[in-house]
Amino acid sequence: MSSFDLDVRRLLCPMPVIKTQDRIKELEPGDQLAVYCTDPGVLEDIPTWCRINGHTVLTSESNDQEICITIEVEAPQ
Amino acid sequence: MPSVRRTNKKAKRNNALWVAEQLGIKLHIIEVIEEYKDVVINPKHGYGQNLNPCLDCKIFMVNKAQAWAWMEENQFDFIITGEVIGQRPKSQRRETMPVIARESGAEDRLLRPLCAKHLPMTLPEREGWVDREAMLDFHGRNRKPQIALAHKLGFTDFAQPAGGCCFLTDQSYSSKLQDLWTTGGKREYEIDDIMLLKVERHIRPKPNFKLIVGREEGENNYLSGYRRDFTSISTVSHKGPLVLVDGSPSEDDLKLAAEITARFSQGRDASDVDVEITTKDGQCQRLTVQPMATTAIEQSWYV
Repeated sequence: MSSFDLDVRRLLCPMPVIKTQDRIKELEPGDQLAVYCTDPGVLEDIPTWCRINGHTVLTSESNDQEICITIEVEAPQ
Repeated sequence: MPSVRRTNKKAKRNNALWVAEQLGIKLHIIEVIEEYKDVVINPKHGYGQNLNPCLDCKIFMVNKAQAWAWMEENQFDFIITGEVIGQRPKSQRRETMPVIARESGAEDRLLRPLCAKHLPMTLPEREGWVDREAMLDFHGRNRKPQIALAHKLGFTDFAQPAGGCCFLTDQSYSSKLQDLWTTGGKREYEIDDIMLLKVERHIRPKPNFKLIVGREEGENNYLSGYRRDFTSISTVSHKGPLVLVDGSPSEDDLKLAAEITARFSQGRDASDVDVEITTKDGQCQRLTVQPMATTAIEQSWYV
């Protein structure tokens, strides 16, 4: 298992989801990806994308400035 | 129209994701930013009411599905759209339906189940992959048939029709994009440009600079991510917006920008407001300014 970061700060819907999708495609099952964002819409969109594609949201943390969502990559279904 | 989504309020959902989850289908989103520029900048079939190149957009999107190697690799046979003849004045007319099929390259692999009975047989109908008798005959602008169908299929919540999420159909967004092209002297844009145009309030007091003014916490937070790319202004003595200054302002212009910034702060009725101007390399200066009177901000300055 390896951990990776993805910086999608400043990008707005749907770009954070697209960048997350494309990065996860390159990872292995069990890998973890921390996605750093500034668009609050990701709080809804990235978990939805993960549910659709069978990945797991491990943590979702936000402060005034930014949001970090950590995803565990699952095997393709 | 989607905008920078506000904090502390119910976030707008991404309808494509939401629908995919409701229907239990996979959704793959592809990035077309660079390729799509030509559609926005040079639409062969022209614009709609604003800078919306709807017909060229549909052709582009169907072509992306048709030409995308992923479709063949995953053994998809045809493409479905939710188009309805007569639904939209520009892109969903009887005459434009074959144009989209032809110019996208999809030809008879493009099926529009909602109005298929008004259209020639397509490959999936001829081959019996779908039952033409089960196709529908919707037409015209009235969306009641679609809404009735959704209810019949058991959907109580669905994306609102009309307008969709295309910001190019929005007059305000189109006006800001046109301003970008006019003042920049060329019809071009980068991703940061189109992202920042989503911030609602742009004010151009002079041709050489404009202000991008955060309207609430979410927009201010969003704009703060650009502080290293623009001169920014914030109010110190009163709560107020974060403002980015785009262009080449002189010292006098920055003072004017500070006065406008103060106008949008909670110190708008105060005699003086302290502001901080920060250059993109982080150098700060403080000014005390008199907030500009509302009436002094010319309506034509609002982009």
